[in-house]
This record gives sequence, C-alpha cells and structure tokens, in this order.
Amino acid sequence: MKTIDLSSASVRELNQALHDDVQDREWRVARPDGKHNLAVGINQSVSVEIEGHAGYYCAGMNQKASVTVHGNVGVGVAENMMSGSVRIKGSASQAAGATAHGGLLVIEGDAGARCGISMKGVDIVVGGSIGHMSCFMGQAGRLVVCGDAGDALGDSLYEVRIYVKGSVQSLGSDCVEKDMRAEHLEELKGLLDRAGFDEDPASFKRYGSARQLYNFKVDNASAY
Amino acid sequence: MSEKTPPVLRESATFDRLTIQEIQRAAETGIYDIRGGGTKRRVPHFDDLLLLGASVSRYPLEGYREKCGTDVVLGNRFAKKPIHLKIPVTIAGMSFGALSANAKEALGRGASIAGTSTTTGDGGMTPEERGQSQHLVYQYLPSRYGMNPDDLRKADAIEIVLGQGAKPGGGGMLLGMKVTERVAGMRTLPIGVDQRSACRHPDWTGPDDLAIKIAELREITDWEKPIYVKIGASRPYYDVKLAVKAGADVIVLDGMQGGTAATQEVFIEHVGIPILPAIPQAVQALQEMGMHRKVQLIVSGGIRNGADVAKAMALGADAVAIGTAALIALGDNHPRLDEELKKIGSAAGFYDDWQNGRDPAGITTQDPELAKRLDPQEAGRRLANYLRVLVLEAQTMARACGKSHLHNLDPEDLVALTVEAAAMARVPLAGTNWVPGQAQY
Repeated sequence: MKTIDLSSASVRELNQALHDDVQDREWRVARPDGKHNLAVGINQSVSVEIEGHAGYYCAGMNQKASVTVHGNVGVGVAENMMSGSVRIKGSASQAAGATAHGGLLVIEGDAGARCGISMKGVDIVVGGSIGHMSCFMGQAGRLVVCGDAGDALGDSLYEVRIYVKGSVQSLGSDCVEKDMRAEHLEELKGLLDRAGFDEDPASFKRYGSARQLYNFKVDNASAY
Repeated sequence: MSEKTPPVLRESATFDRLTIQEIQRAAETGIYDIRGGGTKRRVPHFDDLLLLGASVSRYPLEGYREKCGTDVVLGNRFAKKPIHLKIPVTIAGMSFGALSANAKEALGRGASIAGTSTTTGDGGMTPEERGQSQHLVYQYLPSRYGMNPDDLRKADAIEIVLGQGAKPGGGGMLLGMKVTERVAGMRTLPIGVDQRSACRHPDWTGPDDLAIKIAELREITDWEKPIYVKIGASRPYYDVKLAVKAGADVIVLDGMQGGTAATQEVFIEHVGIPILPAIPQAVQALQEMGMHRKVQLIVSGGIRNGADVAKAMALGADAVAIGTAALIALGDNHPRLDEELKKIGSAAGFYDDWQNGRDPAGITTQDPELAKRLDPQEAGRRLANYLRVLVLEAQTMARACGKSHLHNLDPEDLVALTVEAAAMARVPLAGTNWVPGQAQY
C-alpha cells in the first residue's frame, strides 16, 4: 500500500499521483485534515483510504476507483461520480452525490441538505438521515435512506426511486408515495446488501415522481 | 363643397398594438410567452459610439500594407495550456438540443476555418462538435446535463456558467418537442419532457465555494485547461471581482442582447443590462485588481459587425463572442425561408420561436427532416466567411485609428452620440470633452 501524507505532500501531488498510470492499486491518504478536492478525477481501478475528515468535493467525478473516507466529508462528496464506489464512514455535508451518473455512494452517518440533488444514475445509500430538498430534480438512480428525510423530498423529481425507512417531513412537488412491489423489495435488498446495511426492506416506503410536471400545463403553474 | 377629413387613429404609446396583443394572448392562454433570441427593445448599444479615425494628432496605418494583429491568448493566468486564437471573435455556448447536430457541427467547422473557438452548451459535448472544432470550450452548467470527466479532459477550456445575458438569474428550458431520444439520452431525461435547467449550481452557493469548485476542476484536469467564468450582465463590477478572486482565467460577460434558446419574453426584455454599460464596469473591476489583460475579458450580446468588435475591444475587451449572428450566418431567418416561416406565423427577419423546434432552416430544431436541410460544410463555410468579414472590418477601423493590433484600441478612440451612451461607456459625448458622471477639471 502506497501512503501519501498530506501534512507534507500537497493536494496537487496526491491527485496527480492518482491520475498517473500507477502500479500500486492500494493507496492510503494520511492527515487529510479536511482539505478540499481530495482524490478527484480518478479514472482507474484503485482503492483509496482517506484516514480522517475531507473537505469539499472529495472523490468528485470518480471513475472506477473505490474511495473510503474514515471521517466526515464536506459539500459535494462524489459529485458527478460516473462509476466505482465511495464510502463515508462518518457523515456528509450538503449535496452529497450531486449530479452523479453512476457508481455507489454509501454514507454510514447522516447527509445534509440536497443529498442526491440532480442525481443522474448513481445509487446512494445513507445509514442515517438526510436533510431538506434532497433528490431535488433527481433524474435517475436510487436513493436509500435508513433514517428520516427532511422537507421537500424529491421535489420536481424525474425517474429516481427513493426508499425511506423513517419519517419524511414533507414531499416536494410531484413526489408521491408509491406501492412497494416485489421487484422493489428485491431491488432495495440488493442495494442494502451492497452498502452492508442489515435492514429489513419491508420496513421502507417507496417514493417517486407522479410525472405531472413533465410538461408545462397552466393548471400546474403553482407547483413549479 | 366640403370634404370630410379622414380620421386619424391615435395609437397609445403605453398600450400599443404589441402590448394589446400580448394582453390578449395572456388572457387566452394563461401562460407567459416563451421565445428565443435576446432583447428586441432598443437599448444603448455600440451604434451609439463612434471611432475617432486618425488625422493630424494620430498617425493611421496603411490599410492593406501595414500589419494589424488579431490574435488573442486566453487563459494564461493559471492554465498549463492556454488557448491561442487567430481572431478575437469566438462562438458562444449553444447547446445540442437547442440546436441540431448539423448546426453544432457547422459552428465547429466555421470556427476552425477562421481560427477561433466554439463552445458547447447545456446538454454536453457531441462527437460531431468535438470532431470539427479545433478549439472547443466545454460549458459547466447548473444542470450538469451530459457532464462527464472524459469530455472534460477532451475540452480545450472549461466555462463555468453562472448566468446568461438574456436571463441572468434564470434557469434554462428545452421544450418537449426538442427532447428527442438522442437529446434525452445525453441528458438522462425521459423523452419529450419539458426540460428545466436549474438556475444555480447544485453543489456550491457563493464566491468562496466557487473558488473551491474552480480548484476541483483544475485538479481533475491537472491544471491544463483554462477556466472561464460566464456572467450574465447585471452587476458586472462585483461579479467580475468575485470571479477573478475565485480564480477564473477568463471572464465571459454576456449582455441582455445575447440570445437564448427559450426563455420567457418578459424575462428577456426586463432583466439584466445591455453589454455597453457592462464592459466598462468589468474593465474597472479588472483594472482595480491589476488583472486587466491578465484575466481576459470576452464580451457578447449583440455583436453584429466589425465596428461592434472594434468598439467592444476599444472599451477593454480582449475578445468578443457571437451567438445569434453566428446562427444568422449559418442560414437562420434567410429570405428564401419567408414562405415557410409565414406558414408558422412568422417571417424572415422576425423568426424567434427557436423553442418550438420547427425552424425551416434546420438550425434550432431536432426534427430530423428539418435538420437535414442544413449542410454543415456549406453552413460552416458561410460562418467562416462572416467571421473573416468581422475581423477585416475591425482591422480596417483599427488601422484608421493607428493601431497595429486590435488590442491596442482603447477608450480614447471612442466618442458617444448620446448622453446615455457617453455615461454608460464612460467616453466623451462627441464634440465635447464631457463624460457624464466624471468630474471636469
């Protein structure tokens, strides 16, 4: 395992090393100390263990890599991720997984506001609760919440499937509760298994788009 | 024998026929009017400025013999690979979705022939556009439709879009008739939805966050790509200062004459400011920070001819961008389309329903039959011709002012025809030394 200590190395040196064609497949990042833009833009199958807290955009635009943060993360963790996986052992700030197209984002703690905003195909599994306006304009993918969801969940939702175990403070425009059919239970079980959470899929509720706002209609003006 | 005087009908200045028609339309439909293009109202513009040619006190350059440089380097503040363009006229961001694939390809072809850059738009980068564009700027928009790191690495520069002159503060829209299978696939949306684009970025909210976002994009691309920040002109003095402080290499400033693919008419006509007063504010901000010419300024919104190019650069811009004019050069609103345009309630020279996808020119459409009408090679050639004319005209005027490079034009080469333009452009009213708002000694 290769170690980069950010008390002496720069963020630039870390990212360049992870972008270069590396022989070492396992990397350890020591003393991250909340620095921003750690392990962003990786495009190869490496495993990165960040041993502490990370700042904004940790693992942004990740492709293929597996990144684990042994701490909390700031705004926009795994933003626009394309593939691979990102696991946060602590909690995440706002906009976790924003606009991400693919891969798996697991947050073992809580996530702040706008978790999964404009998500475009990623799977996000949160062990705790999520903040308000989560999954706003969510386009594709799955969002699983083992705790509670804040206000306006799934506002202006497109095709994301949302599963919440706890309470939902309120649903956003055009987001509705939907039947949990057998295929959804199976899908949810698969997501929970991949995330490593021992939860009963039957204890979750499913939410999705009513698809009433897909086209502008005068009668819906107050909902936009 | 007395003759009856024919009646003279008096039209209200407040409730003119257009206003009456809009009230009637609103009453019938209950929804605002959406259209393409920029503001149609008369606003102070480059036509209100004149260039001062040389005479005794200035020495002109020989028109066809003495060199007048036109090249520009964009993004040499931080980027390892700045862009070096032959001409200071770039093609503004316009999306595949708003425009047909052939139109995007034609923009790339024309720009490459002329030695300049073109720009993607909301919805991502198409292979046609990348393939035909020598210099391609990849827009990073709030929606992040089609955004991916592979295309980011393929780009020659990245443009973070904070706003657009036609609608500063507003998000975008692409109506369902243009959200075809290909467009929907690139944007990860259901086919046929009236697609909305968010008005602000999903993962940052202020200038301090913007600095971190710019750093992230630099890290992802190994500090190779110039980072532009595009601003819709409303408070350019403050916006430019904040964007430069956040680390921008290039500022793109778009005035309210700049076009949009689809926005509410009321928004286009009533939000934002013209490009004329925006440029001096932006230049002042750059000068106060010691960044004028170090962070390049590209301005857009109503650039039509070489005089506009020269005047914009004399006010302090490093380059200009064109959008609407480029579409016209491709074939938009051409007189040969008049009959067809009349059938859809418009006419050549007036067509602005770019949102509905029925453009007979094959430009603002996703209808495969209409799109086929635009030959990207021929349209690209037309655009290249037009770009050449813009530059030749600008050079002609610069030489007459005694300038060996378009960048040597400066505000002292300008006067204004109106008090308003003098105040906005901060140049003297023609025939006087009076600049409104500035102390006289």
